[in-house]
Amino acid sequence: MYRMRRWVVRHSNVFEMIYRRFEPLLVKLDPVWRRLGHERVEAPVKVVEKAVKGALFDCQMCGQCILSSTGMSCPMNCPKSLRNGPCGGVRANGHCEVKPDMMCVWVDAWEGSRRMKHGDRIDAVQLPVDYRLTGTSAWLREVRQQNGSSSSTDNSETTK
Amino acid sequence: MKFDDEPVPGYSLPILPGHVSPGRLERVLRAGKFAITSEIDPPDSADPAEVLKRAAIFDGYVDAINATDGSGANCHMSSVGVCSLLTRVGYATILQISCRDRNRIAIQGEILGGAAMGACNLLCLTGDGVQAGDHPQAKPVFDLDSMSLLEIARRMRDEQRFDSGRRIEMPPRIFLGAAENPFVPPLDWRPHRLAKKVAAGAQFIQTQYCFDIERLREFMLKVNDLGLLEGPDRVFILPGIGPLASARSARWIRENVPGVHIPDAVISRLEGAENQKEEGKRLCMDLLHEIRDIPGVSGAHIMAYRQERSVAEIIEATGVLDGRVPWYPGRDDPKALNPESPEAVPL
Repeated sequence: MYRMRRWVVRHSNVFEMIYRRFEPLLVKLDPVWRRLGHERVEAPVKVVEKAVKGALFDCQMCGQCILSSTGMSCPMNCPKSLRNGPCGGVRANGHCEVKPDMMCVWVDAWEGSRRMKHGDRIDAVQLPVDYRLTGTSAWLREVRQQNGSSSSTDNSETTK
Repeated sequence: MKFDDEPVPGYSLPILPGHVSPGRLERVLRAGKFAITSEIDPPDSADPAEVLKRAAIFDGYVDAINATDGSGANCHMSSVGVCSLLTRVGYATILQISCRDRNRIAIQGEILGGAAMGACNLLCLTGDGVQAGDHPQAKPVFDLDSMSLLEIARRMRDEQRFDSGRRIEMPPRIFLGAAENPFVPPLDWRPHRLAKKVAAGAQFIQTQYCFDIERLREFMLKVNDLGLLEGPDRVFILPGIGPLASARSARWIRENVPGVHIPDAVISRLEGAENQKEEGKRLCMDLLHEIRDIPGVSGAHIMAYRQERSVAEIIEATGVLDGRVPWYPGRDDPKALNPESPEAVPL
C-alpha cells in the first residue's frame, strides 16, 4: 500500500534495525532450513515473505532484495525498474514522471537513506536484476549466500 | 585544432596513450579544448540522404553528433542506423542507447554493431517512459538501467566480456558517456549519483537542458569536491543548452517534457522581448558564455530541436571554439564533402 510504504521510508532507521536483528536470526536457523530442505521450505517462506514485505514495502518479489541499500524504498515500484537512482524525469514536486500521483521511489529512497546508519550503501552500483529469481524468496537466498552454500555471487559492487 | 593524423573518412584515429577510443571527441576533451556536441533529430524516413542533410548543418561547428534513440519515446530511424550512415563519411558520432526498448541481449549486440560501424562514443540512457511518446501502448522493457548499462559496456570494453562472462574477440573501443539532470529532485543527491555513474564507467556527461545557471554552479562545485574532475578516471561534463522558440513553447516544454526545469525568470524574459525567437537565441548565447566560465566544465551539448541552423549562429556569436574548426568531411579536401552538403559539387 502506497501510504504504508511511505510511512516505512519515514521510519527507515527503525526498519534498518529490525533487519539487522532479523537477518542473523534467519541465518542462524540455517540448520533447520537445511534439515527441512531449502526447496521444501521455499514455498511457505515465500508466502510469509510476500505477505510481510508486500504489506510494508509494496514488495514485487524480485528475489534479490536491496531494500537496505535503497533507504527502505523498494526500487521495483519504479515504473522504469531503476535499481541505481532516479531518472532525469523527476517532477519539480518530486513526483514520478510516469505516474504523476506517486512520489518518486528514489526521492523517497534518498530521504530514507539519510535516516539510516548505513545509508551510504545507496552509492553502491547495483548490477541488473536476475529475472530467474523473480517470485523466489530473497530471505532464503540471503541465508544461502551468507553460508556460502550457493554458487551465485553477491549482486552488488561497492563504489570506489 | 588539427591532428597530424586526421582521419580518412571511415577510418579511425590511432588510440593515444590514456585514451580508450579512436574517436575525435575524446581527443578534443583530453586535449583540454572546449568541446561542442549537438544532436540530430533522426528522420521518420528510410532515406539516407535525409540523415546526411541534417548532419551537414553542423559542418565545422561540432566535435561529435548525437544520434538520439527514440527520444521522447517517439519512433524514428534508429541511432545505430544514423551513426552508421554518418561514420561512412567520417563524422564523429555519439551512439545513444536507451534501456526502454531493448533487453541486455539486444543492447550488447547493438554496442558491438555500433562500434564495428565506427561509432566511438556511447551515451547510456535510461530513456523516457513510453507514456511520453507516440506508442504509449508499447511494453516498457527497462531490463537494465543506465548504470548497469554503463557497467556492462565498460566490462565489454575493458574486460572483453559479455555480461554472461563469454569472451569478446575484439572489444568495442568506445568512450562512455551518460546523462545527468542536475536541475530536478533530489537535488542534493545528484552529484553523488554522478559519482556513481563515473564509478560504473562514465567518462563524459551530457546534461539535460540548463536554464538555471545557479543550480549548475552548485552542482559543479559539489562534483569538484567529490574529486570527479581530476586524475586519469576524471569525467568531462558538457551541460546541455538550447534556444527556446517562444515563451509559449517554453511553457509547453516545462509542462510536457519530462525533466526540463525552466525558471519563471526565463519565461518572463522571453515574454518581455519584441522578437521572442531572437531572444531565445540570445538567452542561449548568454547561457553558453556563463557555462564556459564555470570551473570544471569541458564543453557544451547544444540541443536545438527544429532550430538546428541556429547552432552555427550561437557558436559563431559566442566564439567558444576559439577559432578552432572541428573536422568535418571536406574541411581539408573539398572533394570529400558530405554529398548532401549545400556546398557539395554534384558528381
